[in-house]
Amino acid sequence: MHNKTIAELIQGLRNKEFTSRELTQHYLDRIERLDSKYNSFITVTKDSALDQADAADQRLAAGDAPPLCGVPIAHKDIFCTDGVRTSCGSKMLENFVPPYSATVVENYLAQGAVMLGKTNMDEFAMGSSNESSYFGAVKNPWNTDCVPGGSSGGSAVCVAAQLAPAATATDTGGSIRQPAALCGLTGLKPTYGRVSRWGMIAFASSLDQAGPMTRTAEDAAIMLNAMASFDSKDSTCIEHDVPDYTAELNNSLDGLTIGVPTEYFGEGLNPAIATAVNAAIETYKKLGANIKEITLPHTDLSVPAYYVIAPAECSANLSRFDGVRYGHRCEDPKDLNDLYCRSRAEGFGDEVKRRILVGAYALSSGYYDAYYSKAQKVRRLIKQDFVDAFDPAKAGVDIILGPTTPNPAFAFGAKSADPVAMYLEDIYTIATNLAGLPAMSLPCGLIESENGELPVGLQLIGNYFDEARLLNVAHQFQQVTDFHQQTAPGIA
Amino acid sequence: MEWETVIGLEVHVQLNTATKIFSGASTAFGAEPNTQACAIDLAMPGTLPVVNAEAYRKAVMFGLAIDAGIAKRSVFDRKNYFYPDLPKGYQTTQLDIPIVGPGHIDLQLGEGNTKRVRIHHAHLEEDAGKSLHEDFHGMSGIDLNRAGTPLIEVVSEPDMNNSVEAVAFAKQLHSIVTSIGICDGKMAQGSMRFDVNISVRPKGQEKLGTRTETKNLNSFKFMEEAIALEVERQIDILEDGGSIAQETRLYNSDAKTSKSMRSKEEANDYRYFPCPDLLPVEIDDDFIEAVRKQLPELPAERQARFVDTYKLSEYDASLLSASADLAHFFEAAADSDAKLAANWIMGEVSARLNAEDKVIAESPVSGEMLGGMIARLKDNTISSKQAKQVFEGMWKSEGDADAVIEKRGLKQVSDTGALEGMVDAVLTANAAMVEDYKNTDESKRKKKLGGFMGQIMKASKGQANPQMINQILMKKLNELM
Amino acid sequence: MAVDRSEIEKLAVLARIEMTDEAAEQVASSISDVLKLVDQLQAADTDGVAPMAHPMDAVQRLRLDEVSERDQREKFQAIAPATENGLYLVPKVID
Repeated sequence: MHNKTIAELIQGLRNKEFTSRELTQHYLDRIERLDSKYNSFITVTKDSALDQADAADQRLAAGDAPPLCGVPIAHKDIFCTDGVRTSCGSKMLENFVPPYSATVVENYLAQGAVMLGKTNMDEFAMGSSNESSYFGAVKNPWNTDCVPGGSSGGSAVCVAAQLAPAATATDTGGSIRQPAALCGLTGLKPTYGRVSRWGMIAFASSLDQAGPMTRTAEDAAIMLNAMASFDSKDSTCIEHDVPDYTAELNNSLDGLTIGVPTEYFGEGLNPAIATAVNAAIETYKKLGANIKEITLPHTDLSVPAYYVIAPAECSANLSRFDGVRYGHRCEDPKDLNDLYCRSRAEGFGDEVKRRILVGAYALSSGYYDAYYSKAQKVRRLIKQDFVDAFDPAKAGVDIILGPTTPNPAFAFGAKSADPVAMYLEDIYTIATNLAGLPAMSLPCGLIESENGELPVGLQLIGNYFDEARLLNVAHQFQQVTDFHQQTAPGIA
Repeated sequence: MEWETVIGLEVHVQLNTATKIFSGASTAFGAEPNTQACAIDLAMPGTLPVVNAEAYRKAVMFGLAIDAGIAKRSVFDRKNYFYPDLPKGYQTTQLDIPIVGPGHIDLQLGEGNTKRVRIHHAHLEEDAGKSLHEDFHGMSGIDLNRAGTPLIEVVSEPDMNNSVEAVAFAKQLHSIVTSIGICDGKMAQGSMRFDVNISVRPKGQEKLGTRTETKNLNSFKFMEEAIALEVERQIDILEDGGSIAQETRLYNSDAKTSKSMRSKEEANDYRYFPCPDLLPVEIDDDFIEAVRKQLPELPAERQARFVDTYKLSEYDASLLSASADLAHFFEAAADSDAKLAANWIMGEVSARLNAEDKVIAESPVSGEMLGGMIARLKDNTISSKQAKQVFEGMWKSEGDADAVIEKRGLKQVSDTGALEGMVDAVLTANAAMVEDYKNTDESKRKKKLGGFMGQIMKASKGQANPQMINQILMKKLNELM
Repeated sequence: MAVDRSEIEKLAVLARIEMTDEAAEQVASSISDVLKLVDQLQAADTDGVAPMAHPMDAVQRLRLDEVSERDQREKFQAIAPATENGLYLVPKVID
């Protein structure tokens, strides 16, 4: 059962090949048996999962159940779940049980999807390797000595190891796409504002966006159908119709214009990845697409701009963790200042502290213009690059294509001592967060590396709210390739 | 040396919306601690703000009331600092693009003495919670019910030169926000709180002195006291050759002292930046014009109308138009004699309210009741002396003027026959006084009348109509000459 | 731009994060690396470019002024480190 896609599980449940309870039990058994190897879950909600499965079976039996009814999924531990511990990968929230659920969680509950548990992640979603989790690193199933990417490493690995058929995740600078690439999955970051941020613990509010982590583009479309909604509780959520994202999956790519940015193939790109991505370009040509070389001239500035804007926002967003109303509180504070300083020093890990301090620096008097304001101006230039690329009067492309990451999965510890090296792993993903565009990563090959055979991700970037086309372009690729069907060694 | 004081005010005005500025929690005063603090107000992880339309509308209305520019696009910023009454660790406020731009408020400082105070801007922001310092085993208790209550912070230019002007400004602002119905004006509940920036400089010097800010004054009286204290403190320091430290001070209204709040301000850097959870608010001319149409009569307009309609002096009109409640009270009482109504309100009514520490809305005598009493004065049913007793009765809830007159038997005797009888009786009984009157030089006779009047009033138990008695007495005495 | 230990200590005070001298030294070095990275921004020509705080050109929706929240104090305070009589407790606040 665990090698089936969501689309197949939906059919299986309706054809009574298995019940949701059987399916759920099967996944729970696998998690129990195998996850000690991967550490992809922080919390497994066994009892409530089985209760939800029973309820789903009743709904399925009654007929007219929503598509995801009875399908087990996992939620990144950044989404608040009413009554279920939500840690955000941090000691700060080690014992935090929210009294409310995220809109994303509510949306899946409404469909009757079953929650298997909460997945491991970099602390407060700050990281590209999952090594910053208070609950220990997540291991990549392709090579357990390697990182799975981050911050949604647990969501990626639980799907890659087939401990869940799909998982929710979030992407602030590549946190869905990069682990999807490093684990051989399909990951989608929707347009900013497409999915509600209510109840999703904020890292950088103007960049954070939730999306699905799946094995196929079709599954991503099914997951996004449930996840996307307009939510009046999130001021930045855009009032925009939610189409059926599966409707256009089978459209022909004949005449489609795919832009390939020069800047995404420059120095720093692993040659084997370049080869795999170029092969994907050839595949698209065969599918009828026109390939057009384009330029996104401010790409180099995206990492610097991001590492001002994201820390600045996070430095304020994380001030609420003060040991007063919830979360970690130090023992015997001697005064108010001690309560704050020690609770936060004990509750946050090094990377979180580093970003809070960088953010405080970028906003402090005397530096605001040189850093924060400058980064915001550069952000507009970066967005304009994309607007020009999609503008029919200019480059006029429909989709932008490139690699998701410059390198495949790296070994634990390889970059953790050098934050800048780690940050540069997100060089191709960050710009779309700054611009708010939808983008996805899908497997486009396996390459030989110093860490053995590892998957490679192909990144597709769409125009605003053009997720349906993005999914169509990815799905068509998956109709003629089998990279997405390859599983890590030892997964059976 | 002669010193000049320069004062600017920053006033926090709580908007009387039903819910918080960024959440749907109630703003009602006096609830049990933390029962009106929802997940957003508590800054629970993952919660997000959405702007209250009514708070925005009321801020725009204030801008229109002070003739200020309204920003068609305004932005919310985060002001970062840690304090237990500030759950998010930042206050959401407006720094660069506030909703209300420059405007002005005109003060009536006395008959024919007005002053214009410029308003630099007013911005929307959220209130903080409260720290309760009763002892919880050496701890403080935090109540976040007030956290997120919408405020406008009104920032004046340093256009005032003494506490009289500062208090007049504060009162006029109070009058405006209560008149347009955006604030309940309840000072004791903290609905308006004043921060006073004070500096002094040698008279004639252009350059401003170093200023201090005395924070969180919540009554006109405390403000007056705090200004006097601070001005004196600064002048003392300067005359002793010292210099003023730019600092925030806290006034203790019990001890009548103030102290520096160095802890809170020490090396603070608020690191303002635009709040990424909120988008710019945009409004158009239609919105502004719609709010303008809803704008009730402003105190200044009302003052002009009172002068025009009721023939009051500028000064009386400014006092009576200061608050909507007072103005309504006056207009209800003014039917038969506006001037008399005005005198009663500024005299007896206001003295009683002050003595009992009540506001006009709490007066047991309504404007209508006062008007009813004045009508009885005008139609001679009661004398002005009796009116005092009628008022007393109404204040003690004995009923309206007619009921009190009836109950207390206060009707004035105005029957000519009865009054003539009384006068005759007194004249007969006091033949010596009559003789004395006759022998007095005509120019000085008027002085002698008082004696007769007293006797007659006494005989009538005070109920005789004094004007009529006066006429009858004159007539009778003339007949005896 | 490089930052030194004393600057890190100032930032740590602003951010209310306790830091030992040793940690401050280390953090100063790694943050200097990060600042070197972000200093690339200074080379960008941003004349006449307006800062962009949000990816979308959207405007704020306004909410109706209707009470939508009920009292959940008990639920909220069940996860609080210290409360008494409905109040959150903190070490004495000195104004």
